[in-house]
Amino acid sequence: MLLISNGRVLDPASGADAPRDILLDGDRITAVAPQGQLAARSKGAEIFDAAHLVVAPGFIDLHCHLREPGGESSETIETGTRAAARGGFTAVCPMPNTRPVNDNASVTRSILERASAVSSVRVWPIGAASAGSKGEALAEIAAMKQAGIVAVSDDGRPIASAKLLRQVMDYCRALDLPVIDHCEDSSLFAGAVMREGKQSVRLGLRGMPAATESLAVARDVQIGELTNCRLHIAHLSARASLELVRAARAKGLPVTCEVTPHHFTLTDEDVQYDSCYKMNPPLASREDRDALIAGLIDGTVDAIATDHAPHEPALKDVEFDRAPFGITGFETALALGLDLVYSGRLSLMRLVELFTSGPARVLGMKRRIAENEPGDLTIFSTDHNWTFRAEESASKSRNSPFDGRSFRGAPMATIVAGRIAYRR
Amino acid sequence: MSHRFGHMLGIEPLSTDEIVFLLDQSKLFQEIQRHPLKKLATLRGKTVALAFFEPSTRTRISFATAASRLGADQMNLQADSSSLKKGESLLDTVRTLEAMKPDCIVMRHSSSGASDFVARHLPLPVINAGDGTHEHPTQALLDALTIRDRRGTIEGLNVTILGDILHSRVARSDIHLLAKFGCRFTLCGPTMWLPQELECLGPAGTSIRRVTRIAEALEDADVIVTLRVQQERLHEPALALDEYILQYQLTPQRLRLARPDALVLHPGPVIRGHEIDSAVADGPQSCVLEQVTNGVAVRMALLFLMIGSGTDAPTEKDSSHAAD
Repeated sequence: MLLISNGRVLDPASGADAPRDILLDGDRITAVAPQGQLAARSKGAEIFDAAHLVVAPGFIDLHCHLREPGGESSETIETGTRAAARGGFTAVCPMPNTRPVNDNASVTRSILERASAVSSVRVWPIGAASAGSKGEALAEIAAMKQAGIVAVSDDGRPIASAKLLRQVMDYCRALDLPVIDHCEDSSLFAGAVMREGKQSVRLGLRGMPAATESLAVARDVQIGELTNCRLHIAHLSARASLELVRAARAKGLPVTCEVTPHHFTLTDEDVQYDSCYKMNPPLASREDRDALIAGLIDGTVDAIATDHAPHEPALKDVEFDRAPFGITGFETALALGLDLVYSGRLSLMRLVELFTSGPARVLGMKRRIAENEPGDLTIFSTDHNWTFRAEESASKSRNSPFDGRSFRGAPMATIVAGRIAYRR
Repeated sequence: MSHRFGHMLGIEPLSTDEIVFLLDQSKLFQEIQRHPLKKLATLRGKTVALAFFEPSTRTRISFATAASRLGADQMNLQADSSSLKKGESLLDTVRTLEAMKPDCIVMRHSSSGASDFVARHLPLPVINAGDGTHEHPTQALLDALTIRDRRGTIEGLNVTILGDILHSRVARSDIHLLAKFGCRFTLCGPTMWLPQELECLGPAGTSIRRVTRIAEALEDADVIVTLRVQQERLHEPALALDEYILQYQLTPQRLRLARPDALVLHPGPVIRGHEIDSAVADGPQSCVLEQVTNGVAVRMALLFLMIGSGTDAPTEKDSSHAAD
């Protein structure tokens, strides 16, 4: 038994924001009650004193790369999930672009077996949409669903053929799986390494316009309408894309989207000749960044997802245009979100929703703090001052533009299935 | 006045004082180009590593000549002979060079920012001899020296740049340099090579206009910089060459639209009959060969200032400039 006492419990699903004690037994929550009332029931329980801390439902990250199998020199399920736990995440959804690609049930099962042996948090794999993510034929989606995938995506290798995307969505509609798309028009993308704008012209780096993303979002939304399949737009970065999502929602279409902490924090003006500023989609304009924040506030954005994309130094310490896209993100996500709360733009409740019930809804799940719910909780401080040091990260990789940045607020404990997976 | 240059990665961060100082220093080395015996012992015992990761003839020879005339030894690395093709990373390659203990690295690379990247990782002065489509600082310095020699000043001139501005490191460095001295720019070429964001180069308040008609671009020009059409740098299908020639070739007839004393500069290599007509390239307004000669002087000055002892005057006169 574990008793979380004296905490401020924030539960976006019910709107509750009150001092509560929470008792966990086994892998479940067994009681939630005003402070002190669980004393009799919790005799002998381990006690976590959450005084002055926020107790939230367990955070879910819809978008990450754990690199196993095939990329173990950059990350493993063990190191990646340890970093996730340090970031307050109780469940993470690794994308299928491993080697081999997670496009069949045996790869899915091997990932889950490995996770059950070494993982700090829950691992909910995302399966490939097409075989080998090659964009030619459907992957073995039904078998992967039986094995445990929660969604499909060809992240990193977006489906170019509208016809294939339609087939994927038709098929996933029947299987009740969301289709997550990394929206990118490859012909506009060709060779680009950052967002097109003043900074790309100044640095002499090849840029892509925002339309690279929004053109694909427009196509996806229309194919979504054709199939009535749940569509989730990954790492949305442009105002034009957000407006398309808003319009689709207004029509009642099942379209959701996520935004990463780096896209709501940084802009293309921050880009330097340092591959820690190179990710796809690239850092956007100031206007786009401000529109993303507005989307986080008004509810158009469903989830904050990290797109944690570790790359070992040997891969990333090269010329900017030769470096792979991607940065790490688990350990800085909450603190970057809290920056929006401190600047008065986002409510704390809404921020927690973006990490919990928001992403759960995308996956067709619920996330709340109540009796009999899974014992997943994220306990964080809103005033703990600390500095992120990439070299001290639990991840195997160091590629973060936030190395050396000082933050206010941090996860203090991550509880997964009734057990403390991480404690600061 | 005297300045120290830790690295020379681009023109953008330099002050006007630093640029004037570099140009003044270059004057001293210009004189040496006219001497029958051109070799100095100023950098005797020093070694300059020339690391060219992208094919280059004139810039590499110019730096090599500059180093030789200062008495420095050289290490040469060229893309086709390097281990890059065997998969060695840029960092490993330059660390290997560094282990042979040169005093500075002059590098050219096809990636924008490659010299910044190397400068961040090596404890050695780095001179950027052209990085991708970013900067080519010594080209801008030699252009400025050439203009100053002919016009007496680089201040407040009308500068027209013709061609593929978007993919030109020469255009960027020229704009950064001349904008610091109040020059006004007209950039001219096909629209896809003239993004609006080019207007934001240079210090705040810099006058940069973009035009697609060459007649409009040449009007009132004091300086015309013609750029080579860099087909190797274009990721997308380029404009048909004949279309470019038809609209943008600098011909004697078009040159008459500029001021009568307008200078014509070209970073080379000149492709006669493409961006420039032979009669213009060889005409009295052309500065092409002076640019080449001045390139050696500018590079000698830079090497001297960056790795010289700082006490050994390059010439008999004005030795106070050399002291730091």
